[in-house]
Amino acid sequence: MKSFNKLSGVVAPLPQVNIDTDAIIPKQFLKTIERTGLGKHLFHEKRYDKENNLNSNFILNKAPWDGAKIIVAGDNFGCGSSREHAPWALLDFGISCIISTSFADIFYNNCFKNGILPIVLEEKNIHEINELALEGIEISINLEDQQIIAQNKIYKFEIDPYRKHCLLNGLDDIGITLETEDKINLYEDKLNNKKWHVPDKI
Amino acid sequence: MKKTLFDKIWEQHVVDERQDGSSLIYIDRHLVHEVTSPQAFEGLRNNKRPLRRPDLTLAVADHNVPTENRIEGIKDDIARIQVETLEKNIKEFQVPYIPLMDSRQGIVHVIGPEQGFTLPGCTLVCGDSHTSTHGAFGALAFGIGTSEVEHVFATQTLVQKRPKTMLIKVDGKLSVGVTAKDIALGIIRNLGTSGGTGYVLEYAGEAISNLSIEGRMTLCNMSIEAGARAGLVAPDNKTFKYIENRPMAPKGDLFEKSLEDWKQLPSDNGAHYDKEIKIDADSLEPHLTWGTSPEDVLPINSEVPDPNKLEKESLKNAMQDSLDYMGLIPGRPLTDIKIDKVFIGSCTNSRIEDLREAAVIAKGRKVNDSVHAMVVPGSGLIKEQAEKEGIADILIEAGFDWREPGCSMCLGMNPDQLKPKERCASTSNRNFRGRQGRDGRTHLVSPGMAAAAAIAGHFVDVRNFNLK
Ligand code: SF4
Repeated sequence: MKSFNKLSGVVAPLPQVNIDTDAIIPKQFLKTIERTGLGKHLFHEKRYDKENNLNSNFILNKAPWDGAKIIVAGDNFGCGSSREHAPWALLDFGISCIISTSFADIFYNNCFKNGILPIVLEEKNIHEINELALEGIEISINLEDQQIIAQNKIYKFEIDPYRKHCLLNGLDDIGITLETEDKINLYEDKLNNKKWHVPDKI
Repeated sequence: MKKTLFDKIWEQHVVDERQDGSSLIYIDRHLVHEVTSPQAFEGLRNNKRPLRRPDLTLAVADHNVPTENRIEGIKDDIARIQVETLEKNIKEFQVPYIPLMDSRQGIVHVIGPEQGFTLPGCTLVCGDSHTSTHGAFGALAFGIGTSEVEHVFATQTLVQKRPKTMLIKVDGKLSVGVTAKDIALGIIRNLGTSGGTGYVLEYAGEAISNLSIEGRMTLCNMSIEAGARAGLVAPDNKTFKYIENRPMAPKGDLFEKSLEDWKQLPSDNGAHYDKEIKIDADSLEPHLTWGTSPEDVLPINSEVPDPNKLEKESLKNAMQDSLDYMGLIPGRPLTDIKIDKVFIGSCTNSRIEDLREAAVIAKGRKVNDSVHAMVVPGSGLIKEQAEKEGIADILIEAGFDWREPGCSMCLGMNPDQLKPKERCASTSNRNFRGRQGRDGRTHLVSPGMAAAAAIAGHFVDVRNFNLK
């Protein structure tokens, strides 16, 4: 996994609430067996018209936001389907930080598995960042210090220390878990007494 | 210490506690489908890791599969490659698999319980958010992303933060024509789509005990639409009866011994929940969504809401936007809304009981000429049973299009899709924009309400259909 430390860039404002993963990456693009290449389909139904031409009104199609690295969004971002294609598409487009008042659980988890930093801030602060985003002003994120630096203002944010550690170092969760494999073995030894541990074959 | 059902399952599955407060949780059952697994298998291969417990894993293709002329195979090349990739992967990693042409094939959340793979007290995951369905058996079941699928493949565990618990007590009795789907929609109306975030919901109370297992699955299925990753119902005799003699469930002596364990699972009297809410079943009515989020929901005898009555500018705009998308005019009765399509199916409402509910309404009536109505059973076994019971004949006679099992128009990854502006009465779980087809308009309802709308050509109160 790619590590995340510092990031500076333009912020795309998507103030709608409940932006779901169907909207982030529609189903027709879930047929891929790869993780990459989804960026061009990010927010497909907003970004393209019915004839598949770029919709020039949509924020991600306009300069400077077409090069945005950060999104500032309304409440409950990433709700709905568990598809990890949503963070893959964001990342492939170039977005690696999302700021909102709240995120849906599964999406929130999926971000960390892919080197994306989701930041939760209060509504008032979201509003301020949204204003800067609309003007195309760049902001900076510093994960180590848990800070957003926007013009002359600093916003602190909270993050789980383990997740921060993994993100800063680009650590692979599976590798970490396998370091304690003996504990899994031990648990499974006990489990074998459990009546229903293994299902019958179909 | 008094414990909730959730506490008991959680504590039995902790493999390791980490310093940061997260836990490594053992996973007893892992369901796999074609859409969210290819990159996870690829990850195993790239890192030369084995799949730790194929014997606790079960795979099936459901999202991409055609629901007619299946014998001709999948015509869409990319969809076919995805199913073929699953077939290649399950061979390489020795994962039990239900093939596409097998009568047991169906939607992953339907076949798990049907095969006895889902059991009380187990932890069950799948790369699909509606895994919450399996909570109906008192299993801690939740959806995960593809990286987590890979984590379970490699370690049979997941790193999780202990969620909070919420008790949703539904007391009283449902009136005729009001179903588990209406409880679910009523709860989402109450909680909103993020009210359950961070919680595991436990449904209890008289109305829940009275629900069939199928109804409990419908209810738990929609937990995710309230933001909760999991919903739970305590196992009882109905649960045990459902499980007994299922192909993958424990048998004979083993079953009896398992029963002893399972009977210990229900929450202790007076156990602590982080939050409790009450819903009165007597007051629930058949529900219908009018907007583009499951929380945009009202009882059938309401009017299309008016954005001008909202104070907050952002909410006003959001509602107007939804109404524009849905092509609805504020103040008009919901029963005036005409429909073009009906979809009875999905892991929410495609089980035998749902099809029976639709058949009761359809019997001796005809689907309105202006409507195309599809019924997509949740599995091949349900399809067979419905055909044996005569339900299929009733539906076909009434003019319903009787299909082969799969996810179908729930998300339209296969050819079953809405055309722009087509309006659908759907028994599925998400009315998101474009979910059932670009610019398609989805209204979520129960199977009875969907069947009634099919016949009337517009939404109606199913209770006006001479129900007993
Ligand atoms: S039926 Fe719909 S919600 Fe259920 S698993 Fe299939 S696509 Fe997902």
